[in-house]
Amino acid sequence: MANLTYQDPEVMIEEIGWEDGFHDHHHGDKYQSSFISTYIFSTDHKMISKQFLITGMFWAIIGASMSIIFRLQLGFPEADLVWLKPILGKWIVVNAESGMGKLDQEFYYALVTMHGTILVFFVLTAGLSGTFSNLLIPLQVGARDMASGFLNMLSYWFFFLSSAVMFYSLFLNTGPFAGGWTAYPPLSALPQASEGSGAGMTLWIVSLTLFVVSVLLGGINYVTTVLNLRTKGMTMWRMPLSIWAFFITAVIGILSFPVLASAFFLLMFDRGLGTSFFLSDIFIGGKALDHVGGSPILYQHLFWFLGHPEVYIIILPAMGIVSEVLSVHARKPVFGYRAMVYSILAIAFLSFIVWAHHMFMSGVNPFISNFFVLFTLIIAVPSAVKVFNWIATLYGGNIRFTSAMLFAIGFVSMFISGGLTGIFLGNSAIDVPLHDTYFIVAHFHIVMGIAAFFGMFAGIYHWFPKMYGRFMNETLGKIHFWGTIIGAYAIFWPMHYLGLAGVPRRYYSFDTFDAFKQFGDTNKFITVAAALVFALQILFVVNFFWSIWRGRKQTTKNPWNANSLEWTTPIEAGHGNWEGKLPVVHRWAYDYGKDGVEFVPQIEPMKEGETAGDH
Amino acid sequence: MLFGLECIENSKFAKKIYKMVTLIVLASVVLLIVVSVQIGRISELTASIRGEEAAEHDSNRFNGSFGMFFLVGFLVFCVGTAYYYKNYMLGYGPLHHASIHGDKIQTLFNWTLFFTGIVFFLTQIALFYYAYKYQAKKGRKVLFIPHDNRLEVIWTVIPAVVMCFLVVGGLWVWNDVMADVKEGEDHLEIEATGYQFAWAIRYPGADNALGTKYFRNIVPGVNDLGIDLNDPKSMDDALVDEIVLPKGKKIRVRITSRDVLHNFYLPHFSVKMDAIPGLPTYFVFTPTMTTEEYRMELKKYPEYTIPADPAEPNGPKKWEVFNYELACAELCGRSHFSMRKIVKIVSPEEYQKWADSQKTYFEQNIKDKVKLGTYTWYKGDLTDAKVEGDKTGVKNIPVEDKQSVKGIEAKATVK
Repeated sequence: MANLTYQDPEVMIEEIGWEDGFHDHHHGDKYQSSFISTYIFSTDHKMISKQFLITGMFWAIIGASMSIIFRLQLGFPEADLVWLKPILGKWIVVNAESGMGKLDQEFYYALVTMHGTILVFFVLTAGLSGTFSNLLIPLQVGARDMASGFLNMLSYWFFFLSSAVMFYSLFLNTGPFAGGWTAYPPLSALPQASEGSGAGMTLWIVSLTLFVVSVLLGGINYVTTVLNLRTKGMTMWRMPLSIWAFFITAVIGILSFPVLASAFFLLMFDRGLGTSFFLSDIFIGGKALDHVGGSPILYQHLFWFLGHPEVYIIILPAMGIVSEVLSVHARKPVFGYRAMVYSILAIAFLSFIVWAHHMFMSGVNPFISNFFVLFTLIIAVPSAVKVFNWIATLYGGNIRFTSAMLFAIGFVSMFISGGLTGIFLGNSAIDVPLHDTYFIVAHFHIVMGIAAFFGMFAGIYHWFPKMYGRFMNETLGKIHFWGTIIGAYAIFWPMHYLGLAGVPRRYYSFDTFDAFKQFGDTNKFITVAAALVFALQILFVVNFFWSIWRGRKQTTKNPWNANSLEWTTPIEAGHGNWEGKLPVVHRWAYDYGKDGVEFVPQIEPMKEGETAGDH
Repeated sequence: MLFGLECIENSKFAKKIYKMVTLIVLASVVLLIVVSVQIGRISELTASIRGEEAAEHDSNRFNGSFGMFFLVGFLVFCVGTAYYYKNYMLGYGPLHHASIHGDKIQTLFNWTLFFTGIVFFLTQIALFYYAYKYQAKKGRKVLFIPHDNRLEVIWTVIPAVVMCFLVVGGLWVWNDVMADVKEGEDHLEIEATGYQFAWAIRYPGADNALGTKYFRNIVPGVNDLGIDLNDPKSMDDALVDEIVLPKGKKIRVRITSRDVLHNFYLPHFSVKMDAIPGLPTYFVFTPTMTTEEYRMELKKYPEYTIPADPAEPNGPKKWEVFNYELACAELCGRSHFSMRKIVKIVSPEEYQKWADSQKTYFEQNIKDKVKLGTYTWYKGDLTDAKVEGDKTGVKNIPVEDKQSVKGIEAKATVK
């Protein structure tokens, strides 16, 4: 495999690298001398990235199991669930006469709520952005570590704390919060309205407030590192697209998460201090409440001011990873690098002025919706540009179908399928019949659930050698990919039809309505597909942990023949990433197949008369 | 299906079977994982024996071809399922939109489907075809094309133009759909109030105007909506069990909530709007098909000529029992899924007959009780005209309940 058209990178870095004096200081004792400072309270970005990844995987398994349980209820409402009693306890209500166990209604909604919260925040924000921003930003911009290793460590531990609180809330006697992951008041504000809105909601708010702290600490670090710690020669326009994506994601997070925190604070005041920010004219539990003058819609504005950018916080890192993986494994420069950057910027900007498209049917003034329709549909343009550019990247390449590459291709397929249905929903008139039906469930699961997961899988398979010095098993990876893409479409594609038939989401049972109950077979099909896909993810987890200790060992520094800087570090990179000098960058990251040379790493100086690749 | 065992009478036996099934499923999952790990290890071994290059070549060929296979399968699946569901989706087959604005939305939907359909097929095909065509081959020289300005301008401008078309069309329909009734326009206004977990429907009565209501007036079981009985417009309002509406008449639904958010959702009419405590919303629509006409339409399609209840093969057919339904489409608590009400669309004559036969809320719930003087919550300032010949009965009610006093004094205006 070794292609020695260039000098050995180690020699090159030693000869023309940049001496930053890093190794003159003695770091060893302070950083990685004991078990605790190496594996637990580590300040090393590579270890923190692994912590984020494994915590994210833990949550992904829990969140996915929850979805399997509520899918059982939807697909097989008649089935006896007594066998779940050892796990779920009182939430399986056993009929004294027949001995049949049923999922408790309240707990069904708790599962749906927790599934959403866990997947959106803990898995696809912390698990995805937290993992790869941490791993790749210092490695790909040529930095010794994050700007502040200490804040970075705090970022993980705030996430851990937040996780612990949320996990604890699952075991409350009144159950975890059950009012939907968006937590709209008054349902979320009044314990009289739902059992889960008592202690469960309090812990939910505490947990997510801690989570906001984690995201902000991480985000400030990512932005600072990208802006200040790029190595010599690494101009902004030479950064890999993954870094651009992580950078912009962090900026979006810093601007939007505080707004979420403010919504939570106001909600806490309404719950505990008797204020009326979101409550008015409520008669519940046989009593008229004292709250007057508030507006539940105000909460929705605050929530979605984060909530919408949040979906880009989830999908942009996946896009960045996919751009990188597609280019490396197609052995071709990513098509339209600058257009890709500009579309990331455009999407990020637009993400802040489209939030009310989640609220077309919420009672906001219909006139206001006009603007949100306009801005929302404009997002289709940069998104389309990205898709076309990814496809053009494949055109004329020399494609290696590694597991990472397959997931990157799968990502594009999912992003197309899910993105196009967004054009329906973003148009407020079409949203009237489709709002809060299974159509939207299909849309967002495909475009930001499955697609983001595919981006994450592509990243894990691709950078696993960088994390653990070994490879994941490729055969299992391919079984994982083909099974998952087929299964994921089998789960979510039929949901479009349910939505078009008018079936609303968040229904415990469809039997009450003639119009909704005729899709028993479809729901069975979806549940079976979901169970199979879940089993495949267990396979992935087995492959992951197996490969950490038993996987094929990495023997060369640069197994994929990639250009970016992370592959110039030692196989087991220690603290400071590069052993001697820092690499100096002379070109962009995508000189693949240039002038007939298979790949030219970023550290290789320009030859005489050579023009930069992106011109 | 394994889980369809509800027919077995003996539940203990059924339980045993469930346990066995669970065990088998768990065991097979574990086995599957073990087998897969073994496959993985064997494949790695064979790869190292045969040489990595040869193994990579085979893998590329297999995955490229499988991609094409997947593409064909996926597209067939998309088209096939769409065909399968064609008579179940609203706006297709017999399931016409039963409102004027519903058809406009459907036209917009179809245009969007047309454009996105083209993009969907072209991009999915290009994606998997290029992946297949350009799979790694030894000695292949890749095309070094970092960008192509002309091409990029083209595929930026085309989506932009299509989006312009969809935005203009969309806003046109949207502002039409959401337009409130104009001043003096002939319409019927009804009120829907969501509460955990049902809907209360109020009709305006002969004066065609709904009286005001206020949440502090609410007395459970007596005045569940908090209707303000000092408002003369309230006197002929009626609370009904079923929503009955005349075909062809503009209906304005005033949508309110008593506790948490709900959503007034009529799937067949493309009507959907949140019900918010403290902030009344509305939706205006005109029904175009009576329930009877809709049934006749359904009758023509085999999907709806099967028995409504599979357990009763000789029972009524699906089309015969069809009814328009009102549902809740905003999560509102544990019984969110059960807020059903039947909606009947009838001819204007039938509607008039029905409307005339409805007793007013005042007559049904209040009048007698006030006469007897049982309800102390009632402040005695009902005018004589409202409780004819019962002046004394009303005035003798002591005013003690502070809350009801406050409520009436507040004179809240809902509109």
